[in-house]
Amino acid sequence: MTEYLQHMINMLILGSTYALLGIGLTLIFGIMRIVNFAHGELYVFGAYFVYFVAVLLGFNFFLSLLFAILAGCLLGALIEVALLRPMRGADIDTTMLIMIGAMIVMQNTEQYVWGGVAKSVSTPFPETPLVIGDFSVSWLRLFVFFAALALIAAAYFLINRTKLGKAMRATFQDRDTAALMGVNIQAIYMATFAIGSSLAAAAGALLGPVYVISPQMGNIASLKAFAVVILGGLGSIGGATIGGFILAFAEEMGAGYVSSGYRDAMGFLLIIAVLLFKPTGLFARSERVG
Amino acid sequence: MAKHSTRYFTAIAATALLSAGLVGQAGAQTIKIGVNEPLTGPFAASGTYVVNGAKIAADEINAKGGVLGKKIELVIEDNKSNPTEAAAVAEKLITADKVPVIMGAWGSSLTLAVMPKLMEYKVPMVVETSSSGKITTSGNPYIFRISPPSSVEAAAFKNILPKMSVKKADFLVINNDWGRGAAEDFGKTMKADNVQIGLVETMDQSAQDMSAQLSKIKSTDSDTIMVTTAVEQLTLLLKQATALGIKKQIITTGGSQNPDQLIDQAGVAANGTFHLTTFAPWYPDDTPNPVATKYFLGEWKKRGFNFAGATESFRGYDGIRTIAVAIEKAGKAEPEAITKALWETELMGLNGKIKFEKQGPAGKESGQSMPNVYLIKVDNAKVVLPKL
Repeated sequence: MTEYLQHMINMLILGSTYALLGIGLTLIFGIMRIVNFAHGELYVFGAYFVYFVAVLLGFNFFLSLLFAILAGCLLGALIEVALLRPMRGADIDTTMLIMIGAMIVMQNTEQYVWGGVAKSVSTPFPETPLVIGDFSVSWLRLFVFFAALALIAAAYFLINRTKLGKAMRATFQDRDTAALMGVNIQAIYMATFAIGSSLAAAAGALLGPVYVISPQMGNIASLKAFAVVILGGLGSIGGATIGGFILAFAEEMGAGYVSSGYRDAMGFLLIIAVLLFKPTGLFARSERVG
Repeated sequence: MAKHSTRYFTAIAATALLSAGLVGQAGAQTIKIGVNEPLTGPFAASGTYVVNGAKIAADEINAKGGVLGKKIELVIEDNKSNPTEAAAVAEKLITADKVPVIMGAWGSSLTLAVMPKLMEYKVPMVVETSSSGKITTSGNPYIFRISPPSSVEAAAFKNILPKMSVKKADFLVINNDWGRGAAEDFGKTMKADNVQIGLVETMDQSAQDMSAQLSKIKSTDSDTIMVTTAVEQLTLLLKQATALGIKKQIITTGGSQNPDQLIDQAGVAANGTFHLTTFAPWYPDDTPNPVATKYFLGEWKKRGFNFAGATESFRGYDGIRTIAVAIEKAGKAEPEAITKALWETELMGLNGKIKFEKQGPAGKESGQSMPNVYLIKVDNAKVVLPKL
């Protein structure tokens, strides 16, 4: 029982970060129809940015997180303007290839700038864990969990309660009609990509200090993000949130009770099962009209 | 358009000619040694240290006049911690760079992937780090290993085991040839000493979160966790074990723990952990070859490298020196002559005598040298040799 509850605590913490990764990706796909293969690299960017600001420049840790999120936002806007705007109207395969190219360039740049050896970031949190009875959790992970939840809530609020969010949803439903109603589509696309990117950077900034930071860390993050999005249904933010927790649950239980060697396979087995019965994912929104 | 492409073609042709010229020139004056190491990916830190050690050896040898009157030249390639890449790199080193001998490939899975290429091209490789037993027992006569296989490490551990309080142990090992081999060899040794073996858990080499495995181990009644993996994953693992409030004794194997890097990156989580290593740079006077050890550590420091890397980099240093002695003995830089000469090679490495014994099926034995193994402990952010 104790072991089970410890697994559940691990699952919640892991799930919150998977959800954060998935939301950024699903947002971009849902609104822009762009499969963002560079998502994992934006995650790495966030992690290295925290390392740069907190460790090399010596800024406050929390301030560094904020800087990393803002920097992710800016980089996202830059990618949108430089790479995606000229390709507006191109089909999904073309932009996919562009994003794969962007991913390779970014990963190699990280490797060139930071080298292949992993970096670690120390945090103001105590290294001795919080212990309640038989359960134990590190303060840093607890902070990451609540920060991730706060960011997910903020993304929700932005999309469902603000004017920008309304315009984004309108664009998602029908781009041409939204444009006719006076929505500035170019601005919406840029905002969407910037927000999605900043969420990926935020996930990297939060998880970099939990793990160690290396140029290849984006590969596995990308894989998990895609898994979460496919599980939850492409374009669904609620789906991505729940998908994140389901994936974490499958991995944690799979490793805990089936076999740790197949930990990563568990999530994908689950995806295959979901796709067999519900090919659009668990919570897919209806396809855009037109 | 036509003019454009002509100019383009001329440029390519010129580049090709130029580089061909350079390669030809370099080949005439130097003896090439291929180095196949992970410089990126999960084993980047370790591979980089080994390469830095190799460079120190090459510079030392060249400063003394080189080998057979020629300077040696390291052709260093990154195998990306990936077995497929490791095999491709070996092929490239042999066919494109024409190296007569290779050092590599750090990890057991990486080395095992390279081995068929050695058979195919009949080029010898000095294995500096890998510890899976399979490497020297599968009948590849081009393999010469200076690192201890898990069985030798486990045998050394057998002498230490009775002095430590271990009644029941769980294993958490990297899910590849290295980790599974270590779990098997150490499991056997420990069972023979009446230690109960509990769980054997694995982790993917690129996994960053081992909380699930550790939670499972936390709830068993074992008193010790035997861990096999490289420094990056070990750092995460120790941090996560501390976060989960695990109080069990942790002993690591494999010699790629870089204890100083652990102390630096894992902090208090490294305290109280035991590590089996093959080099003890903290106590140069206690090593088999104090003079060489001090020279090596001095060079390492002079080049501004992190002291933490010394426990890994010495393998690269010893590996290249072994190869240089073999080439000198062979009298020519050709694969067949070097393979033969390696059997007669004998030198004092930083961790004892390097001399190859035959292992594996008769007629196609691999070479295995038998290095020393030390147990060290991290105590209050310092490395100590526990008096047992």
